[in-house]
Amino acid sequence: MTWETVIGLEVHVQLATKSKLFSGSSTHFGAAPNTQASLYDLAMPGTLPVMNEEVLRMAVSFGLAVDAEIGKRSVFDRKNYFYPDLPKGYQISQLDLPTVGRGTLKIQMDDGSEKVIGITRAHIEEDAGKSLHEDFQGMSGIDLNRAGTPLLEIVSDPDLRSAKEAVAYLKKLHSIILYLGISDGNMAQGSMRCDANVSIRKKGDTEFGTRTEIKNVNSFRFVEKAINYEVQRQTEILEDGGRIVQETRLYDSDKDETRSMRSKEVANDYRYFPEPDLLPVIIDDAFIEAVRATLPELPDARCQRFIKQYGLSEYDADVLTSSRDMAEYFEAVVALCGDAKLSANWVSADLLGLLNKQDLSINESPVSPESLGTLISRIKDNTISGKIAKTVFEALSEGETDVDAIIDARGLKQVTDTGAIEKLVDDVIAANPDQVAQYRGGKEAVFGFFVGQAMKLSKGKANPAQLNELLRKKLGA
Amino acid sequence: MLSKTVAELATALANKDVSSVELTQAYLDRIAQLNPALNAYVTITSELALAQAAAADTARAAGQATPLTGIPIAHKDIFCTRDVLTTCGSRMLANFTSPYDACVVERLQAAGAVMLGKTNMDEFAMGSSNETSHFGPVHNPWDQARVPGGSSGGSAAAVAADLCAMATGTDTGGSIRQPASFCGITGLKPTYGRVSRWGMIAFASSLDQAGPLTKSAEDAALMMNAIAGADARDSTCLDIPAEDFTAQLNQPLTGLRIGLPREHFSGGLSAQVQEILQLAISKLESLGATFRDIELPNNHLSVPAYYVIAPAEASANLSRFDGARFGYRCENPVNLEDMYKRSRGEGFGDEVKRRIMVGTYALSAGYYDAYYKKAQKIRRLIKEDFDTAFRDVDLILGPTSPHTAFKLGEKNSDPVTMYLEDIYTIAVNLAGLPGMSLPAGMLGGLPIGMQLVGPALSESRLLNVAHQFQLHTDWHTQRPEV
Repeated sequence: MTWETVIGLEVHVQLATKSKLFSGSSTHFGAAPNTQASLYDLAMPGTLPVMNEEVLRMAVSFGLAVDAEIGKRSVFDRKNYFYPDLPKGYQISQLDLPTVGRGTLKIQMDDGSEKVIGITRAHIEEDAGKSLHEDFQGMSGIDLNRAGTPLLEIVSDPDLRSAKEAVAYLKKLHSIILYLGISDGNMAQGSMRCDANVSIRKKGDTEFGTRTEIKNVNSFRFVEKAINYEVQRQTEILEDGGRIVQETRLYDSDKDETRSMRSKEVANDYRYFPEPDLLPVIIDDAFIEAVRATLPELPDARCQRFIKQYGLSEYDADVLTSSRDMAEYFEAVVALCGDAKLSANWVSADLLGLLNKQDLSINESPVSPESLGTLISRIKDNTISGKIAKTVFEALSEGETDVDAIIDARGLKQVTDTGAIEKLVDDVIAANPDQVAQYRGGKEAVFGFFVGQAMKLSKGKANPAQLNELLRKKLGA
Repeated sequence: MLSKTVAELATALANKDVSSVELTQAYLDRIAQLNPALNAYVTITSELALAQAAAADTARAAGQATPLTGIPIAHKDIFCTRDVLTTCGSRMLANFTSPYDACVVERLQAAGAVMLGKTNMDEFAMGSSNETSHFGPVHNPWDQARVPGGSSGGSAAAVAADLCAMATGTDTGGSIRQPASFCGITGLKPTYGRVSRWGMIAFASSLDQAGPLTKSAEDAALMMNAIAGADARDSTCLDIPAEDFTAQLNQPLTGLRIGLPREHFSGGLSAQVQEILQLAISKLESLGATFRDIELPNNHLSVPAYYVIAPAEASANLSRFDGARFGYRCENPVNLEDMYKRSRGEGFGDEVKRRIMVGTYALSAGYYDAYYKKAQKIRRLIKEDFDTAFRDVDLILGPTSPHTAFKLGEKNSDPVTMYLEDIYTIAVNLAGLPGMSLPAGMLGGLPIGMQLVGPALSESRLLNVAHQFQLHTDWHTQRPEV
């Protein structure tokens, strides 16, 4: 039997506002418990929510970035349930009239193929606080610092057909969010959290199978593993003639498995109703246009521009625009050295390799775009060879910053003096009569040997073009 | 002295006939004497009151007096008061001291009013007789075997019995107007959004509104000047410029068109109450008003619609009382669910629990459309009835309550009988309109009020009509012998 996987994602993005959605408390991460909880965040009797307008701007900017319908009239609703980290006993969310309606997101797969994923909606809601179950000897602690932090919940259509597509979708979403600057996107700190709705069906079926919801998966890698595990689990059940129970499951990354959390059949009835403490949010065209005017260039547009303006391959352009910081780094390097191709190679190969090895993000890079730009300039003006440049890069990666000082201090400057190169060539020819005879006897391949020997002798500093030319001349004589 | 209106006391204070400290002490003495029988106050803040009174006297001496400076006031115990118990009439909050002041409290304090204490009320403002209070019922000063009305029963009784010069109340379905009628005083429920709800413990957020309970319409206008106005902390509070509610008090009533809703003068209304209203109508006619019959065809649906919407909102509003952060927590909970169930089970009284259950039911999956949604449709129809009526008339006049104050315990057995107490007042909340009750006569030694309702933001007009009526009648000056 061939099965088809169907995945829909619900992604909660913490919006990077200074203050909370409905109160003036700070949203800064990592403060001592309950130091960022106002009267409203504590749900003191008589307190009321007041909408933070910055949240609206951020939500609308996301909507515009995914080409979505913007709700001209959005309404907040109360979602009722009891939990200690939900102080009011209800969460203020948006049910029927979200701020962001239907939109689309284009994802790129590793094989270069593209797919358009539908976005059902994105609504604004409050985050809950945190329950702390360790350190309290059988009791639970509550930290309400996070309570009331603004979230944008982005719901996809069930358009994703594999864990890989799901990850590609998440990465694209992540990239757009960072481009827009509406969240720090830090998954480890919970700024971006993902719930995955997963089901399988027989290939060719039009009806969806029963789905399970995997909650709160906090890295791209875990999303992929959790979905793969879940697909495997469901496949085994169905192939054994069983049936899938609609339920919420938790992914345990230590054991690499999903476990049942609670069955939807006994789940809460949230009893949504319109929030009477808030007026409907009315957005006019002027507001939308004002937000649109502040939108940065988004990844897809930037990728196309890189291909056109810099003549990059689609693959390179895609890699270099995958994050806003990366694209900006690249453009800073190009601006300095004027060579887009070389810059693309250095950034996507050497720099990314270094960052991956040290597990750093681009804005933590030990090599600044200024240094890399200067380094490439020194290759272009023949001060150093491309090979020697790797040595300089290594020095930069270890914390040095001045490219020219590194070249000078280590004597890495390229030898371009014809007399000096001629002497190298003469010495190598004199020292290797057998190989000279072979070459002259027609064994062309030996040429590389001479280049290697001469380079070695020059400690890598001889200008390769000049060296080649002189070697050919003298060997041919 | 203690039976004087705020306006009269302001003059006495200005003329130095009395100091605020003396006045405050006199009220405190009377409270000490009469409150044990009336149970109008649940908290008496003597020390704070005398300190505020001394500060008011100092401010007055420095030439910084407002019309409310040094005037003793009682706050319904639904308003949060910093460092003072705020119980909302419930066991749930019997130990609750608010860390902040409600907007209304803040503004009255800024205007120089002196807080005598907090008044008794139906638990979480759910009731029409003050009998649901955790602290026991309030006794009507006119007849202590009778209820003062509710839910602002303590405030109404305190004003009527001269245990304060003025009081705050809240009105979700009639909770200012009905007790004002039962206690023979003046009560105004402002337009929804006139007065900030910040710090007012929510019962039904889309209906709740704070307002004054006073000895005259003029006093209500003075209080409105202090409490009304925009407040950024309440998103539903109207962002409109401040208004002087005393400015139109003395306008003549010539040309005033008043509508009499046919539905309010038939059915359950007793002949005696009709007669009293007829006399009031004649009086207003003699002052220049003209009357005509109007229809409010959907009024009869207001009680059922209200008893879906208000409990639905309440069911969510009261979720925060979970024993976790403040208020009552049961002894030795074995786990979270036990803490929730017993804290709420033991902390809330029967009527509150009933409404939480009704509201929860009305919002449940499968019932939402049949109840909550339908009730909202009715609410819109009711509002449209008023809109239509106000095309032809400036105000609407009718009874506040079908009868005078009833006996304690008389209507306790059947909740629906109690709910029907608010049949004339509830539609006004559903439509978000201003309404007031003012004394219109006496029946068997008990006061009875009439209700005036106007279009949104017509408080000044309502107060004008009430003031003119009071200039030519003395029902509002009658005081019970306690």
